[in-house]
Amino acid sequence: MSLNRPDLAIIQQWVKPNSRVLDLGCGEGELLNYLKTHKQTHGYGLEIDADKITACIAKGVNVIEQNLDDGLSNFQDQSYDLVVMTQALQALRRPDLMLEEMLRVGKECIVTFPNFAYWRCRLYLSLKGEMPVSKSLPHTWYNTPNIHLSTFRDFEQLCRSRNFHILDRAVGNSEHETHWATQIWPNLFGEVAIYRVSR
Amino acid sequence: MPNAIPEDSVGIVEPQSARFDSPLELACGRTLDSYELIYETYGTLNAQRSNAVLICHALSGTHHAAGYHSVDDRKPGWWDAYIGPGKPIDTSRFYVVCLNNLGGCNGSTGPTSIDPKTGKIFGPDFPVMTVPDWVNSQARLADYLGIDVWAAVVGGSLGGMQALQWSISFPERMLHTVVIAAAPKLTAQNIAFNEVARQAIMSDPCFHNGRYADHNTLPRQGLALARMVGHITYLSEDSMGDKFGRDLRSDKINFGFDVEFQVESYLRYQGEMFSEAFDANTYLLMTKALDYFDPAAACNGNLAEVLKQAKSDYLLVSFSTDWRFAPARSEEIVNALTQAGRNVSYACIESPHGHDAFLIPNPRYQAVFSAYMNRIANGIEAGAL
Repeated sequence: MSLNRPDLAIIQQWVKPNSRVLDLGCGEGELLNYLKTHKQTHGYGLEIDADKITACIAKGVNVIEQNLDDGLSNFQDQSYDLVVMTQALQALRRPDLMLEEMLRVGKECIVTFPNFAYWRCRLYLSLKGEMPVSKSLPHTWYNTPNIHLSTFRDFEQLCRSRNFHILDRAVGNSEHETHWATQIWPNLFGEVAIYRVSR
Repeated sequence: MPNAIPEDSVGIVEPQSARFDSPLELACGRTLDSYELIYETYGTLNAQRSNAVLICHALSGTHHAAGYHSVDDRKPGWWDAYIGPGKPIDTSRFYVVCLNNLGGCNGSTGPTSIDPKTGKIFGPDFPVMTVPDWVNSQARLADYLGIDVWAAVVGGSLGGMQALQWSISFPERMLHTVVIAAAPKLTAQNIAFNEVARQAIMSDPCFHNGRYADHNTLPRQGLALARMVGHITYLSEDSMGDKFGRDLRSDKINFGFDVEFQVESYLRYQGEMFSEAFDANTYLLMTKALDYFDPAAACNGNLAEVLKQAKSDYLLVSFSTDWRFAPARSEEIVNALTQAGRNVSYACIESPHGHDAFLIPNPRYQAVFSAYMNRIANGIEAGAL
């Protein structure tokens, strides 16, 4: 079993064995299934898509149907070692409140989101004068679920303003680009932003 | 009658009966010295006896969950849409057991049975049953059938409450619990509806304090009225609206109190049918079992604490328009299970059919249910269990 998505491959390295994990927007349970097998974690995925929920159940991944925009009030304070949310923060009504909630429920959280300051986005917008459409942002502006796009710098400003502690930062690129420039200048060359954060 | 038995049916089935002579102590403090349970089985028990699934029935359910008793039957068992070859509870893989609960009126010992102490029928003297009492009696049936561990205990509504109770009462005797359209306990509103139903029965002049059989009569009106009230809570506003709207039986209103709207006609028909087929004392007893169900009471209302003693994995399913046991009620159980650290998955199925949705074919419900049950069956067949 291997993880196809580059952001998930990076995240799994940060997960301590035997952790209690909550995966917000867990999709088909790929990450949780991997962590259960390789890190002996226990946890639950929250998902709202019917087919993905069925796929989780078929795999034996614990999945709970829940709309993330309704919050996490059904989970107790500090009841998880880790709360993960991959590629969903930008689709929520209030990403800042969700981050607060994730750090209430979990001791740490990991988030990944598309970096809107990626050079291809910048180029697309500046040359075409249209909202960027790409493999990681495949929607047009009027039907996109990604209503709160941000950048590495935006996210770090938010963390600073809320006193969130950034434990790790990584760049996930769909083409598996490991160019040295992505490490030095992630806000320009990083396609997907990956952060591990605590209070 | 079906012109031919459908291929995905368990076919013609025959109820069986098991007699128990060791006394069963009940929550009310009384004891049943001996009793009979009527049950049906579908599929084949494997050599390891590891593929058995128990189905628990709801308020007015019976042991006849699937298939037909004869080719002349108009309708199959009550959960035929979900039990059969290739269906979510796949009888080509599982050995399925469904019984009529104690206190029922379909063949298991209940108010219409003869009390061996008096030689007369129990009537209102039959002890009030609780969900844990039923689960204890079901465990005896499991012993009788040689089933040490159920692969799964499954139920909808009051049946889901029994499945949940099983996982608390006998954590070592089951691996999976499927709780559909249920609640961890009744609300005041739920109890209020049950009380209206009971009052309807008990205020019928033919009720005779439950001794209607001695008077060669039946509280038909009261039981029909109870069923009418209950039936409204099983449907959603939308499903009633779609089915009947404000349609009239004739093309004009009559300024009278006879049946005018189609929905009135439907409810009266449902009530009349039910009052001929069901026993009033059983109905009273079943509604009380619902009212009393509250497993969290053992831990000062903390369901998560109670569920820490469970060992099973869980699937919870609710339906969007169910207002009898709304999705939020299932979510209370889900939250307690995650707090207790149990494996649990939960789906809220979009359906217009209200509480009754758990009985009705629905592609997503079938997909979720099948995915869960197939994984259990795969595990059994791989010898993993």
